[in-house]
Amino acid sequence: MRDARIIEIVTELDIVTARKLGRDEAKEIGFNDVDQSRITTAIGELANNILLYARAGKIVIEEIEENGSKGIAISSIDKGEGMKEIHRVLEDDYSSANTGAGLLAVKRLVDSIDIQSKIGKGTTVKVVKWLS
Amino acid sequence: MEQIRKQYKKILSDYIGNQSESDLYIGQNFIKRMIQKNVTPEEVISIHKRALEEIYDDIPESVLHGYDFLIEVMVHFGLKVQEHQALLAKQEELRIEMEIATKIQNLLLENEIPSPSCVDIGMISVPLRKMNGDYVHFMHDDERYLSVAVTDVVGKGVPAALCMSMVKYGLDTLEYANSNPSYVLEVLNRIIEKSIDDSMFVSLCYIRYNLQTNVLTWSSAGHEPSLYYEEKSQSFHDLESKGLLLGILPEAKYTQQDIELNSGDFVIIMTDGVTDFRNREEIDSRQIIKELALANRHLTAQEMCEVIYSELQKLHDFKLEDDFTVVIIKK
Repeated sequence: MRDARIIEIVTELDIVTARKLGRDEAKEIGFNDVDQSRITTAIGELANNILLYARAGKIVIEEIEENGSKGIAISSIDKGEGMKEIHRVLEDDYSSANTGAGLLAVKRLVDSIDIQSKIGKGTTVKVVKWLS
Repeated sequence: MEQIRKQYKKILSDYIGNQSESDLYIGQNFIKRMIQKNVTPEEVISIHKRALEEIYDDIPESVLHGYDFLIEVMVHFGLKVQEHQALLAKQEELRIEMEIATKIQNLLLENEIPSPSCVDIGMISVPLRKMNGDYVHFMHDDERYLSVAVTDVVGKGVPAALCMSMVKYGLDTLEYANSNPSYVLEVLNRIIEKSIDDSMFVSLCYIRYNLQTNVLTWSSAGHEPSLYYEEKSQSFHDLESKGLLLGILPEAKYTQQDIELNSGDFVIIMTDGVTDFRNREEIDSRQIIKELALANRHLTAQEMCEVIYSELQKLHDFKLEDDFTVVIIKK
């Protein structure tokens, strides 16, 4: 298994870099064209959220394996202000009121999502998609 | 998915072979099945691309890249579709909740129209949406008094319905049909002023009818004036009152007045949903109601209510804009 790829997100160009690395990784793991696009879109949205809400942060992309199935894990880590109402960012009316596709959309693109956030400390979002 | 791919490829290649309308028709029916199976737009394009690749082995790379581009951009379209489906599910949830709430409201506000021997009473109350912001409360003590409260909460739907339950319990605590109308309004006003949101107001017309003397005593809190038809003079009078809406000032005072009903007289109590014709100022709705009532005064009070409802509904092109309630007391 390859090492995790870490991309610092500071400008919009970094979003493109993260997307590219993510797409290559997804292809390498064996995801089909549609899933490659979905994974890339999820990475783009996560990176975009970093720029929008925390100004800077990083995206970590890694191949994972569990009980014989392969998958991809993407983490978005920032040291921004953090979120108050984590459960609400996954509701329809909340995400659509904000800019971007929102975390709910990201959740729909992948198999699972985990959000850790501390006010004043930052936010970590980790999503996983398995090769079906 | 593999099954879908195969069928799609078959339909597509049939169409490319002879471009017949029937293959297009089959294709449309097939996509309906794909939608049912939650196949997203970007997946459809991917299936299409792969089918083309399998049918032809000489598709230029550039065309295939074009498809890759389309798949990529359609991912967001697919997300919108999913969002739409989630909202539909949510809406269904709300609809079921609303239905239960409506049933509960109907149980709470259930009230039978009394039928004393000396007067004829009719009532119709139709909510605009599922839940009613109008409410009619009857009380009847067999010997002497009959009273009726016609209530309209400013606002519609669920908030109005919640507020209405409170008005109902306020009226229930007053228990006796013989209370003075002005007293009833003052008590209700205090309850409502204390307990509900500042943006909520209630209009109410309270009528007490003395079954032995035929004296009708009425008081009103900002309610649409009732119509009183006097057979002797063959004319209508407005039962006007300057009482403030309930829930505004804790110390509001209300006055009451008497009229005596004689044979052929009747009183029409209604909510503003009956008289309000928004954007159509040329319509004098009170005049129309008078004419309808006059032309149909040979009918029972209940039949008169139903005629007024059906005629006004027609005037509104069957699109009423508010809860609609009419009560008629007829001597």
